[in-house]
Amino acid sequence: MARRLPEVEVVLVGMGWTGALLAKELTDAGHRVVGLERGVGRQTVPDFQTPTMHDELRYAVRHGLMQDPSRETLTVRNFTGQTALPMRQLGSFLPGIDLGGAGVHWNGQTWRFQLSDFVLRSHILQRYGPDILQDGLTIQDWGVTYDELEPYYDRFERICGIAGKAGNLRGEIQPGGDPFEAPRSAEYPNPPMTQPYAPTLFARAAAEVGMHPFPVPSANVTRPYRNPYGCDMHACNYCGFCERFGCEHFAKASPQVCVFPALLGNDRFELRTRCQVTRVEYDRQARRATGVTYIDGRGEEVFQPAGMVALCAFSIHNVRLLLLSGIGAPYDPRTGEGNVGKNYTYQTMSGVSIFKDESFNFNPYMGAGALGMAVNDYNGEAFDHSGLGFIGGAYIACYQTGGRPIERHPVPGDTPRWGLAWKQAVARHYNSTISLSVHGSSMPHRGNYLDLDPTYRDSFGLPLLRMTFDFPANDRLMSEFLTDKAVLIGNAIGGKVEAARRQGLYSVVPYQTTHNTGGAIMGENPRESVVNRYLQCWDAHNVFVMGACAFPHNPGYNPTDTVGALALWAARAMREDYLPNPRPLVDA
Amino acid sequence: MPPDLSRRSLLGGAAAAPLLSYASAQVPPGPPPLPGAAPDQIAWQFFTLPEATLVTAAVDRLIPPDEVFTGAVGAGVPIYIDRQLATDYGAGRRLYRHPPFHEGTAEQGYQLPYTPAALYRIGLAAFAEWVRAAYGTRFEELAPATMDEALSRVESGEADFGEVPAPVFFETLLANTVEGFFSDPIHGGNRDMVGWRMVGFPGAYAGYTELVGRHNLPFTRPPRSIAQALSDHAHNPAPHAHR
Repeated sequence: MARRLPEVEVVLVGMGWTGALLAKELTDAGHRVVGLERGVGRQTVPDFQTPTMHDELRYAVRHGLMQDPSRETLTVRNFTGQTALPMRQLGSFLPGIDLGGAGVHWNGQTWRFQLSDFVLRSHILQRYGPDILQDGLTIQDWGVTYDELEPYYDRFERICGIAGKAGNLRGEIQPGGDPFEAPRSAEYPNPPMTQPYAPTLFARAAAEVGMHPFPVPSANVTRPYRNPYGCDMHACNYCGFCERFGCEHFAKASPQVCVFPALLGNDRFELRTRCQVTRVEYDRQARRATGVTYIDGRGEEVFQPAGMVALCAFSIHNVRLLLLSGIGAPYDPRTGEGNVGKNYTYQTMSGVSIFKDESFNFNPYMGAGALGMAVNDYNGEAFDHSGLGFIGGAYIACYQTGGRPIERHPVPGDTPRWGLAWKQAVARHYNSTISLSVHGSSMPHRGNYLDLDPTYRDSFGLPLLRMTFDFPANDRLMSEFLTDKAVLIGNAIGGKVEAARRQGLYSVVPYQTTHNTGGAIMGENPRESVVNRYLQCWDAHNVFVMGACAFPHNPGYNPTDTVGALALWAARAMREDYLPNPRPLVDA
Repeated sequence: MPPDLSRRSLLGGAAAAPLLSYASAQVPPGPPPLPGAAPDQIAWQFFTLPEATLVTAAVDRLIPPDEVFTGAVGAGVPIYIDRQLATDYGAGRRLYRHPPFHEGTAEQGYQLPYTPAALYRIGLAAFAEWVRAAYGTRFEELAPATMDEALSRVESGEADFGEVPAPVFFETLLANTVEGFFSDPIHGGNRDMVGWRMVGFPGAYAGYTELVGRHNLPFTRPPRSIAQALSDHAHNPAPHAHR
């Protein structure tokens, strides 16, 4: 029997980016909030300090800041006919653990989606007609428009201190920025990063072949900065330890740097760490949640009654919590009915390497997580897909995130895998290789979804999430087309150009991205979505679901900017509309 | 995050999933062993002497010495692997180990019930036995070219190791060897920062604000390890810029 606590007004499940933002926005409006974090507390000082943080083996290879799969993982398979097996060690993606979540170890690549992304189905049908849509693609409109979200994108970018150059200010194309981006109401809060040699050569070559390079919008800030919450950030010093590491310099935006200093200590907010929520208690008759049950650090089961619950865990964890709690109908791929777990999407990645001669010194260790140049000429609806047979696209970027040599020692494809020739090739190419990322969209397909595994369980005895996923033919065609464009740029850079194309089935083994999206998608009506335009559950008006699980498809950009914007958009709805008068904010 | 987009990670990375990823492991206390010393002169924490002898011979073929830079043995890789196997990584502390165990597909990754320590224990015994059957002697007594041939047959799976698939053992050994050659010396390998000197990685420097915009700059500062940087901190307790 769970120990029952006094009721609280709002309980947040998970204290990464979205939990931190909601806690700040709601306590500022006078609400009392409890934040539950399954991991432990941690702060920039002392937890992320150099030189111990600069340990590639401990953090990047052994995943020192990541979720521990021995306690909780998920099962994976490519299609329903297979038996899903547990991901016994991390690989393809790296969910975080502890206070701040993956917001601590992200790179800081902070992209907005396009106007068309939020009305994708309407836009595609109107521009191309239905024939361009391959069988089984389940794209839909999001229920919110870019124009509605724009102020919240802007606010999240100010909270993070994003460094960049606007390419479209209120419809006016700006030199030096991304001409294909959706209109911005204002310039970025900080100027772009200083570009190293390789991204500069990339940008020159991309312009030569007619594309439009610009600096990647970066959450590695470029000068001392105070954000709207009054939190201070310092300038990034290009140490090359962003991804998979915590930032010791207060330079990479994170909940620790940008929110917690203005939140922790507020009497209206209570943080409880080492509290693993196992389910949302759901009253099916009343169609509302009564609170959450969690296991605390001593192993005791606790029931926390709450007026409102927001799921703020990592995307796939939010989907699992909905399934474990019985909120909403699980998706059935045979009938297409049910919505929880539907439209699981990922990111369709490929790459191109350019091996230059030894006179080039790229010094890859002078890096930062979002340091680089990119082109969007073939992303989303920036280009005409007529006759191509696919929808979606990718940005092509030359990043310089760091030169940590266990993970990064590029060699040409004809190099032996070990031995003297390998060793000499590693020495030869380490400092003179350019790597391009092709960061492709992922379209939802009726066969790709999340549900509960019938066999495998976590350390609390609860069913693991089961992921059924492979790249749809649409995305494979997209990736081929985009990789060819990256090769074109590579050839213009000059050197030995090799493409790593998106081939074979989806594998959980090699790292790709931690951009696990969909599964609790937003939409215009309860027939096709789990949450409405305010991320409020159709089946429980006092349950809101944050995160990239709300994306009906995953565009060819990194998700965090949109995750932050949606959280701030939902926070406004909670603050000004829902909490003063709790009810469904959209009629079903 | 951008992925590792080397050709292999997308094209062949799933072929034989090695055991890669567990908790950080600290090097246990004890006098620092001497890399390059004969295996019987080293106080092994996990390996038996025959295991250590075999691993020492094998990793020096994976990363051999050349005229400029020493190889895996000179870099202390056998000691690095020994220490890893004696601590959390070896125990599989972060490995999901609930049954049932099925072979699965390459795309589903590592599905064996073995911790890294068990994988080495069983794999090394099978490796030694297979070499004896195939070549009539111990691995460490083979000529270098024959060692390479034997390792290739392990890599390809032509060698039959019984319960541990030979390619899984090989990929784990190779991954751990690369780790030991390039990780911070605090973990027992990369002695004298040889791996970093070989590629020009400077190690635990804190930043490059003034240098990042200087294109094609030959960077010649010697690398610095975590231990050196900590020692610098201890001797120069300058106040931090942090608030």
